Amino acid sequence: MVPLEWYLVLAAALFCTGVYGVLSRRSAVAVLMGVELMLNAVIINLVAFWRYLEPGAATGQAFALFVYAVAAAEAAVGLALIIAVWRTRDTVILEDIDLLKG
Amino acid sequence: MQITLQQTLFIVFGAITLGAALLVVTRRNVFHAALFLMLSFFGVAGLYVLLEAPFLAAVQLIVYIGGIAILIVFAIMVTRDMMNPDVPGANRQWWAAALVSVALCGVLGWVVLNHDWRATAGPVPEHSIAILGATLVDPEGFVLPFEVASVLMLVAFIGAVTIARER
Repeated sequence: MVPLEWYLVLAAALFCTGVYGVLSRRSAVAVLMGVELMLNAVIINLVAFWRYLEPGAATGQAFALFVYAVAAAEAAVGLALIIAVWRTRDTVILEDIDLLKG
Repeated sequence: MQITLQQTLFIVFGAITLGAALLVVTRRNVFHAALFLMLSFFGVAGLYVLLEAPFLAAVQLIVYIGGIAILIVFAIMVTRDMMNPDVPGANRQWWAAALVSVALCGVLGWVVLNHDWRATAGPVPEHSIAILGATLVDPEGFVLPFEVASVLMLVAFIGAVTIARER
C-alpha cells in the first residue's frame, strides 16, 4: 500500500506547479491551465483522504465530483472571456489587457 | 524497504503527472503546453485507479481530457497569435513566482510529513460506485448541492455561449 503522505506530497507539488504557472505565464490560456493543475491537485487530496480515512462513506468522492462541476463551469466561462477579449482587443497577453489600469 | 507493485505504479503515474505539469508551465508554445496538460490529466486518472476510485478515473478522462483540454485546444486555435513563437512565455516576475511556489511547496510538504494522519486505509466497499450514486440523490445526502451544481453549470454554459458569441 502506498503511504497517504506520498499522495499529499505529490498533490502539494502539483498545486505549487499550478501556482507558478498562474503567476508567471503571460498568455491568459496558460494561466487558465495553471488553475486547472491546482484544481487537479485539490481533487487528488480529496480522493486520497476519502480512500485512507473514510473509505466506507461516499463523502470524499461526492466532494470531488462537485469540484469537477465547478472546474468545468470555470473553464467554459474563462475561455469564453478570453475569446471575447481577443475579439475586442486582438490580444490574449495579460500585460496588454490594461484597460482598467489607472 | 521493499517497493511493492502499487508503489511502483504510483511513482510512474506521479512522475507522468508532475513531469507533464512542469512542462505545462515552462513550455513557451501554448499549444504544446495544452498537449502536456492532457498527459498530466491522464497521470492523475491513473492515480485514481490506484486509489480504487474507478468512477472518478472515468470522470477525469471524460470531463478533463475529453472536455476541458479539448476546450483549451479549441480556444488556442481560435486566438491564433498565441502560436507565435516570438512572444516570451513567462513575464518579468517569473523568478519571484518560482520563489513563492518553491516556498509554498516546502511549507506544505513540511506540514504533511510532520502530521500524524492516522491513516488506516480500510477496505473499500464492494459497491462503492452504487453507494456514491445513492448518496448524490439522497435527500439526507447531497441532493441539494447536486441540483445547485446542475443549475450552476447550466448558467455557466449559457453565459459562456453569450459571452463568446459573435456580435
